[in-house]
Amino acid sequence: MTRSRLDRRPPPTEPPATGLHRPLLAVERWTKETLWDCRMCGQCILHSTGLTCPMRCPKNLRNGPCGGTLQDGHCEVVPEMMCVWVEAWERSRRLPLWREHIEHVERPTDWRLQETSSWENLVSGRDKEVPVGWAAAERRPAD
Amino acid sequence: MRRDAEPVSHLHRLLLAGEFVVTAEMQTSDSADPAAIARAAETLRGSADAVNCTDNSAAHTHVSALAASRLLVEAGIEPVMQLVCRDRNRLALQADLLGAATLGVRNVVCMTGDDVSAGDHPEAKPIYDIDSVHLIRIARIMRDQGTYLSGRPLADRPNFLIGAVENPFAPPRDFRPMRLGTKIEAGAEFIQTQICFNLDTMRIFMARCSELGLLDDVWVIAGVFIPNSARGARYLRDHVPGVDVPDPVIERMDAGRPERQREEGIALALDVVDAVRQIPGVSGIHLMTINHEEAIPRVVEAAGLLPRPEPAADRAPPLSGNP
Repeated sequence: MTRSRLDRRPPPTEPPATGLHRPLLAVERWTKETLWDCRMCGQCILHSTGLTCPMRCPKNLRNGPCGGTLQDGHCEVVPEMMCVWVEAWERSRRLPLWREHIEHVERPTDWRLQETSSWENLVSGRDKEVPVGWAAAERRPAD
Repeated sequence: MRRDAEPVSHLHRLLLAGEFVVTAEMQTSDSADPAAIARAAETLRGSADAVNCTDNSAAHTHVSALAASRLLVEAGIEPVMQLVCRDRNRLALQADLLGAATLGVRNVVCMTGDDVSAGDHPEAKPIYDIDSVHLIRIARIMRDQGTYLSGRPLADRPNFLIGAVENPFAPPRDFRPMRLGTKIEAGAEFIQTQICFNLDTMRIFMARCSELGLLDDVWVIAGVFIPNSARGARYLRDHVPGVDVPDPVIERMDAGRPERQREEGIALALDVVDAVRQIPGVSGIHLMTINHEEAIPRVVEAAGLLPRPEPAADRAPPLSGNP
């Protein structure tokens, strides 16, 4: 696994994939890294972000841009890079589907899922597991 | 946000009553002497309904927001405690939320925070375990469900007014009103905006929020900066990410002789205050300045916003065991 200079995520904690999981993980990584510069958080929300990986944001923001976006739309932390959420917003407007997904609250990151397969986690439902308090909040009616 | 809620703080009471509120940002302190914070707070007494205690603002270390907030409570001035996601993970943030409640803090504002790269410790490890939207919802979980994020119950739940920030002036501007909607969905009850110089942008933002039906669900407090000089205005433009300082603002500050610039800054802020008061849906102003704190009472007075409503007598709950 190579990590870029700007990658500020904590190191992964899950043991490396074994058996059949290994080729599956390799295919997912190759596909998503090539297409979307994916960071393999294992809990993919690309459908909510106009197919823009939010973990490329130096603040790992999953619910929209911070207030520090520069006036030219670039990132305050890495000024040579476009703000990930400026890209996410523009791309989400061009998507034929999932356009409204960007409006809703995304769950807190489960850092244990890093470097695991989001495809497997989707099928197994692992990526839907949230802390008990959060799950209760999602069930509560808004006031 | 419920209009028929029981007020949890003085600020909340005024917002519920439909008052046009005034909040102000307290000068940061680098002193171990509590009197330094008391002095900074004294400048704002009677001018602001609640005073923001910043949390390592601009990614520079200062006295903690929690300590400053408690000192304000003891001084009989209502604090708004800011809490950023840059320096603490979800455990520490919840500990500070609960701790703040035990110390009499009744208003909190949750935000992501300026990046460490902008501060005096750029080599630090930034945390960003959760983002501001997560933190808002976690504060609501603690208050409304009486548990931590994990679901483990609290013995006594905190009670605060939960705020957020929004920056209408930074790209992607079309997305910002919708992002405010996300913060409301997470549970924000009021927002303080980034510094407003660009009134056209502010009007467009508010109109769009109104179209989205957000203004019934959140109180919007507009951020107003009082520059102390043309240099100060340039510093904001060039060194504070996310602040939009249009050229006419710089030109106006430049036009005056240097010794007149402090006064010009007050006049400029006053014009912004008068303009934002006319924008439907703006519930108050949040005054900020750098090295110009004495200007805050002057702006509030010149805007015709004095006297401020008296807080109820039940402020400043002492710590149990205090003499």
